[in-house]
Amino acid sequence: MSDLINEYKDVLPEPILNEVKSEIEKRKLTKDKMKEVLEKIKEEYETALVDPGEAIGIITAESFGEPSTQMTLNVKHFAGVAEMNVTLGLPRLIEIFDATKNPSTPAMEVYLKKEYAKDAKVVRKIAYKLKETKLKDVASEFLIDIAKLSVRVVIDKTKLKDLGMSETELVAVLSAGLRNIQVRSTKEGITLKGKEMALNETYTLKEKAKNTFISGVKKVTHVLPVKRGGEFVILTAGSNMKDVFEIKEVDSSRVMSNDIHEIANVLGIEAARQAIINEASKVINNQGLDVDNRHIMLISDAMTSQGAIRGITRTGLTGEKESVFARASFETPIKHLINAAMTGEKDRLNSVIENVILNQPVPLGTGLPDLIVAVNGALSKKKNERIN
Amino acid sequence: MPEEYVSKVVDSIEFGFLSPQDIKKIATVKIVTPELYDKEGYPVDGGLMDIRLGVIDPGLRCKTCGGKLKECLGHFGYIEMARPVIHLKGINIILAFLRSVCRECSEILLDNEAKEKFIAKLDVLEKEKGINAKRKEINALVNKLKNIRKCPHCKSKQFKINLEKPTTIVENDTRVFPIEIKDRLEKINDDNVTTLGLNPEKCRPEWMVLTLLPIPPVTIRPSITLETGERSEDDLTHKLGDIVRINQRLFENINAGAPEIIVEDLWDLLQYHITTFFDNSTAAVPPARHRSGEPLKTITERIKSKEGRFRHNLTGKRVNYSARTLVSPDPMIGMNEVGVPLEVAMELSVPERVTEWNMERLKEFIQRGHLIYPGSNYVVRPDGKKKKITEESKEQLIEELQPGFLVERHLMDGDISIFNRQPSLHRMSIMCHKVRILPGRSFRLNPSVCTPYNADFDGDEMNLHIPQSEEAIAEAEILMEVQTQIITPKNGMNIVASIQDAITGNYLLTRNKEMKREDAVGLLLSIGVENVDSLPKTKMVTGKDAFSVLLPEDFDFISYSQDCEKCSKGGKDKCPDDLCVFIKNGELLSGVIDGDYIGEGSGHILRTLYAQYGPSKAIGILGNISKIGIRYLLNTGFSTGLMDADLTEDVKGQIKNIIDDAEKKVKILIEDYDNGKLEAFPSKTLKETLELKILEVLNKTRNKAGDVVVANSKEDNPSIIMANSGARGNSMNLAQIAALVGQQALRGERVNKGYRQRTLSIFKRGDLSPSPHGFIRNGYKQGLQPAEFFFHAMTGRDSLMDTALRTPKSGYLYRRLANALQDLKIEYDATVRSSDGSIVQFKYGDDGIDISRSESGTINVKRIVRNLCDK
Repeated sequence: MSDLINEYKDVLPEPILNEVKSEIEKRKLTKDKMKEVLEKIKEEYETALVDPGEAIGIITAESFGEPSTQMTLNVKHFAGVAEMNVTLGLPRLIEIFDATKNPSTPAMEVYLKKEYAKDAKVVRKIAYKLKETKLKDVASEFLIDIAKLSVRVVIDKTKLKDLGMSETELVAVLSAGLRNIQVRSTKEGITLKGKEMALNETYTLKEKAKNTFISGVKKVTHVLPVKRGGEFVILTAGSNMKDVFEIKEVDSSRVMSNDIHEIANVLGIEAARQAIINEASKVINNQGLDVDNRHIMLISDAMTSQGAIRGITRTGLTGEKESVFARASFETPIKHLINAAMTGEKDRLNSVIENVILNQPVPLGTGLPDLIVAVNGALSKKKNERIN
Repeated sequence: MPEEYVSKVVDSIEFGFLSPQDIKKIATVKIVTPELYDKEGYPVDGGLMDIRLGVIDPGLRCKTCGGKLKECLGHFGYIEMARPVIHLKGINIILAFLRSVCRECSEILLDNEAKEKFIAKLDVLEKEKGINAKRKEINALVNKLKNIRKCPHCKSKQFKINLEKPTTIVENDTRVFPIEIKDRLEKINDDNVTTLGLNPEKCRPEWMVLTLLPIPPVTIRPSITLETGERSEDDLTHKLGDIVRINQRLFENINAGAPEIIVEDLWDLLQYHITTFFDNSTAAVPPARHRSGEPLKTITERIKSKEGRFRHNLTGKRVNYSARTLVSPDPMIGMNEVGVPLEVAMELSVPERVTEWNMERLKEFIQRGHLIYPGSNYVVRPDGKKKKITEESKEQLIEELQPGFLVERHLMDGDISIFNRQPSLHRMSIMCHKVRILPGRSFRLNPSVCTPYNADFDGDEMNLHIPQSEEAIAEAEILMEVQTQIITPKNGMNIVASIQDAITGNYLLTRNKEMKREDAVGLLLSIGVENVDSLPKTKMVTGKDAFSVLLPEDFDFISYSQDCEKCSKGGKDKCPDDLCVFIKNGELLSGVIDGDYIGEGSGHILRTLYAQYGPSKAIGILGNISKIGIRYLLNTGFSTGLMDADLTEDVKGQIKNIIDDAEKKVKILIEDYDNGKLEAFPSKTLKETLELKILEVLNKTRNKAGDVVVANSKEDNPSIIMANSGARGNSMNLAQIAALVGQQALRGERVNKGYRQRTLSIFKRGDLSPSPHGFIRNGYKQGLQPAEFFFHAMTGRDSLMDTALRTPKSGYLYRRLANALQDLKIEYDATVRSSDGSIVQFKYGDDGIDISRSESGTINVKRIVRNLCDK
């Protein structure tokens, strides 16, 4: 059987072939019947292929533009009880296609290695380790000692214990985090003292100390362990894949983020392409809309095909078009015209909008085919003369 | 055959600035006076309306080319500036060059080695990343060079150069006048100009200092004659008048040896006028205004924004041979037809080429003229001359008529037209229909194509276009006709389908037990089906039999219901419960036809018909199915009313119990919360947890009440029939009318806004129970309490806001997507490429399948295997 299917390997795409395989196995078909089935499928597949010249880009744009009018504008979404709040709906779709550098709700799904993912207590501990903790989160009081010009921090011991940190460790972290400040552990807590500091400087020190980073992963502001299919997953608000990968309990092969630029930087452009697809389908499915995956893929491919993420904006994909008219007719026409005039750019009228402007057929669909005529006789001589 | 005209194609367009030499070369007049007309109202020579610049008055001839109005496109003139003036849009170029070039030796402030390195880097950048990257790099260099205070070549001192917006350049606190700027820029050699990113043939930096100003032709700034006979000039003419006037005064003052202060003042004024001539919305410049106070529209404003030249005129074209009027429904015309009023048909026309064979026929059209239908409006001669057909000209035109002429005859049944409804969000918003002339004054439209157009009949207007060449007609007919657009490329589902009454009708018809054979025949005949042989020849037939007549004789279709696998009754070709649809040899054996089979987005029967018999046949069958549904409904009568929502006392009691129950539950939750017994969800506060739990309970209440209403409604309740058949509405709608409206959610929460700790002043502070937070326990039929009504209005307003804010946002997203992706196309090698030839995908969607030719985006392997193996 596999021989026969292999024959069609170059003709039919893999998912279809796999489906045929399982169908054939289920029905235990004879070889002749198999051949018949495969031929029929090949025939149907070939009639379903796209035509050359099809304006596939505009179809994709339409397929998104039309349903996006039906989307809700709800910024925050409460997807059930035990989920993080994430931006969804139209704003999120715009965010994805704009390739915004700072998404409004970055989030991660941190999967753990098998040995750590089973026990809720262990997972909770790891979650605490992930969360970005500042000094104010473990301190119960900040006091200024005017006489000694120092700051005393009273530490909440239980909170510190939850973090799995000892006071000596805390002192070490603090001295690293606060430069030129003496950090000492005393009975009443931790005292911070700078060299020759005025009173107002002590006050700023207090404020600075509050926000000093002491443990966790930077940018991760919330953590939430959730049970998913027999294992615990930590959902986070705030995304920082690079630092999460460093943590040994984390299964780095399954960590997911929704920050597309971060994925591009950490995992590369192919991963970013897939991330755009995933994020966009998430929005579409969440809104109960049905848009074929091919459209999402095309947008994602167009955004990433040059090796870096380009948003669908006047500075991104559209701004980098070859044609001056295409850029000028979108936004900021004056700027594009002047830049073009500066360098003496030439618009070769290869794409759609320039030809619309000039009332000429567009090079798409039925406007695409050209006739190439072998010129002979008097005309060809004339042409040669001109070239010479 | 007539001579064919060869039309030329624009191959490419180059951009560049006009050099002073160019300006002189293209100019036909030197403008010397701000006066426009003399006493007789004739344009002054050397004035801004000089007839050497082109003509805008009918009757006059252009002195340059001799063309009349509309023949002459206009010609440029020029003025000589008394003193050079800076071009506002070139100020960045000027600044960049002054900053990065030595003020003494005019060399770039880089030593030779660094310069060479830089040039090499630029070349690589341009090749690899394109022109934008190169521009960025040059800007970075300029930013670096502006801080160099000593020229590496001649060792002379450099100064800081600043720009005082918009056009004043200051070096070391002293102003640099345009004359000096020009001198400095002129000294820079071409190589250095190239290095700094300009193409010296197209743009030299000193050209940004204007010594000559081109005067645009009058044809782009036509004046209008008011009713009073007064002339009103264009904004540009006004501005140019200012420029010429000030320029002349500056000349006079300089020649008269006026003090430098006066000259400089005039010079600045001239600069102001030139600046606002180019752009009247620059930040630092007060806009020039009309006497009425309205800002002038000058060159930049003409090009920019949605109403500007690009988006309004160049990419948006207006057409002839089009019509627009109200649309109204007509289920009895075909889906690929459009009903056109006679008035429209006599105005629009189709060009028909005269040949030897149709000459006599076309002569008849001319003979009838433009007032008798079907006549004709114009005759076009091969040389392009168009002649109107009137009573007087008729005879002569008929005599003249020869093969090769075009006759523009009235629109007739069967002509090809293109029908459109805005907003044209997808390609199904513009489809091709066959014309059908009908009485009345509105376009008639089959309701089945409402979905693709997103049309309804509450006053919608639509546009009709008549293609005017054989090519266009063929393309429209082959590629755009309704039947080719049944499957949407969005997701491979059908978008043309039966809607509303057509679905209800089929549901009732196929559910109906029996009818007289005569009635069935009558039904079929009334929708135009004359071949009723396949109807059983018994006295009584079923609705299913009548439906089967519409199907092709070899059509097989099986669809199992959701619970079929659990069903033990079996039945290989008939479902005993009438749940699964079995069609064998074109006969509906069991099952009720509802929205799932013939409706939009899921019409399984439709899609199978489409795949099996092709577009034309499928649309015919669909048309018949819709028609029979509507006709059946018409015959049996079907209506909905308030009676549908009547409930018995018993049901009312049940619903009251459900609501009381829910309120009790909420009370318990609140008590738990107050006593601290409630446990918070992870990462949620106690209050949030309470709100979520209450919301859950209350939302369930409405569903429960809905179930009770449906369970206790009679089977022939029209609202329930509509909901069950998938024609319109759902059981929830009925529940909201009959039982209760339910919880009003505002941004995913209960209503919490209003006064301190309460939503309205009639409630107690801090009351967390359902009713003060938007729970509506009455149905629409009973009527709402004042507070309830208010909460309902709140959510209503909220959703209204949402729609109003969303529409422009999604519209802009769509515009950007369309602009970014419009050049992507499938190449002959099956790759997806952009217009510059760069590959975006190697195979479209990894498998090259056209979604509108697929079944929900794939090849239906199961169906093929079943068809081949189960026979």
